[in-house]
Amino acid sequence: MTENGIWNWEHAWEVLPDLLEGLVVTIEATVVGMAIASILGLFIALAMRSPSRWVTIPLRFVVDFIRMTPLLVQLVFVWLLFSTIPTLVVGFTVLGVHYATYMSEVYRAGIEAVPKGQWEAATALNLPKSRTWRAVILPQAVRNTLPGLGNYAISMFKETPFLFAISVVEMYTKAQQYGALTFSYIEPLTLVGLLFLLVSYPTSLLVRRMEIRLA
Amino acid sequence: MTSSTSTAQGGVPAIEFKDVVKRFGDNVVLDQLNFSVAKGDRVTLIGPSGSGKTTILRLLMTLEEANGGLILIDGDPYTHEYKGDRWVEIPEKRRRVVRNRVGMVFQQFNLFPNMTVLENIIEAPVNVLGLKKADAVARAEQLLEQVGMSEKRDFKTNQLSGGQQQRVAIARALAMDPEILLLDEVTSALDPEIVADVLGVLREIAETTDITMLLVTHEMQFAREVSNRVLMFDKGQIVEEADPETMFTHPKHERTQEFLKAVLG
Repeated sequence: MTENGIWNWEHAWEVLPDLLEGLVVTIEATVVGMAIASILGLFIALAMRSPSRWVTIPLRFVVDFIRMTPLLVQLVFVWLLFSTIPTLVVGFTVLGVHYATYMSEVYRAGIEAVPKGQWEAATALNLPKSRTWRAVILPQAVRNTLPGLGNYAISMFKETPFLFAISVVEMYTKAQQYGALTFSYIEPLTLVGLLFLLVSYPTSLLVRRMEIRLA
Repeated sequence: MTSSTSTAQGGVPAIEFKDVVKRFGDNVVLDQLNFSVAKGDRVTLIGPSGSGKTTILRLLMTLEEANGGLILIDGDPYTHEYKGDRWVEIPEKRRRVVRNRVGMVFQQFNLFPNMTVLENIIEAPVNVLGLKKADAVARAEQLLEQVGMSEKRDFKTNQLSGGQQQRVAIARALAMDPEILLLDEVTSALDPEIVADVLGVLREIAETTDITMLLVTHEMQFAREVSNRVLMFDKGQIVEEADPETMFTHPKHERTQEFLKAVLG
């Protein structure tokens, strides 16, 4: 490729350290976001099993509301509402809450996949409900949710470019900044794509292996 | 309506059913069932599938809720009671006290796969009976010895064969020192060559303890050896009751004759 071609290696090498810096932020946002999603998702799943409609109906409404509105809109909305909170915090919190509504379904399925016989054995041993959950049901349910958790982690990772909209300086933002400065977008954006692939593809292989092992 | 009461020593029966009704939808599985089991009795429940045998065990373990009548354990109301004329549920807190006296072994073993063999056995003694861990472990080791599973102490349950899992399940139930042991087709899911092992373990327990046993089984030979009483069920009612010798050699009721002919060939 020549200087006038669409690809310039110099630009590519120049932007790479910036992008790697951005990648660290991207991964941070994903890890913290997934931690929030995993914990909050579990609590949503457990609360949805409540016999009280005063709990389940409002919760169902909130969960559906979050799922049925775009992540991008949620990000910008919360960012505008809480302008004093650091943008990265807004970013991973909104990502986490958004994905928690999906993770709750994964937990629900994981809990329901624990055979009825496990509950019955716990009853036969007279284990209290709380102990049954902690010692018998959840360890098995959480195991069932690991592939789902992995898949949502990948998909959250790929949605972090939305954080650009609230000016979190993650990988995609770095690429945009470089482009704005040098008018070359092709190199940084191609590299961003490759870096995403470099992280998410091996992760997906890992998740697939987990699925096979658990099947 | 057939009613049968305990024949032994007098005293309070270990188990008593009074007009127990159980329906699944429109299907009446138990229709005002009355029977009692004396302490130390070994009772086998036989009858065609759907006759309500397993439902009786599941009611005794509170895995099903009765739709009417009373179940008494050592004379104590267990799942429901009458307050005046009102038939009311007994709250979980009180049920737990009575449930501690009852243990169950399942057809599908139902060991906890996230725990080792030892952890399966000490889980309830530690967390329900409040035993010290060291004491629970010592007792568990003794029980594992008894069921011939000592070497598998630290194995995960999915590393065990069906017969081994069932022996662990038996040890797990015994670790709670139940007064009443419910055995629900405990050999039905096992390969034929292993059935004898598991039955051997149960025979030894029958011989060395005074646990009241209620068993649902298709192993008629075993029922004959271990139990002192056989109840023949049909359509949620006891149609015949006898000692095993009489029941298996000279059944009186037509339904019993048909049933035994079908299973014994």
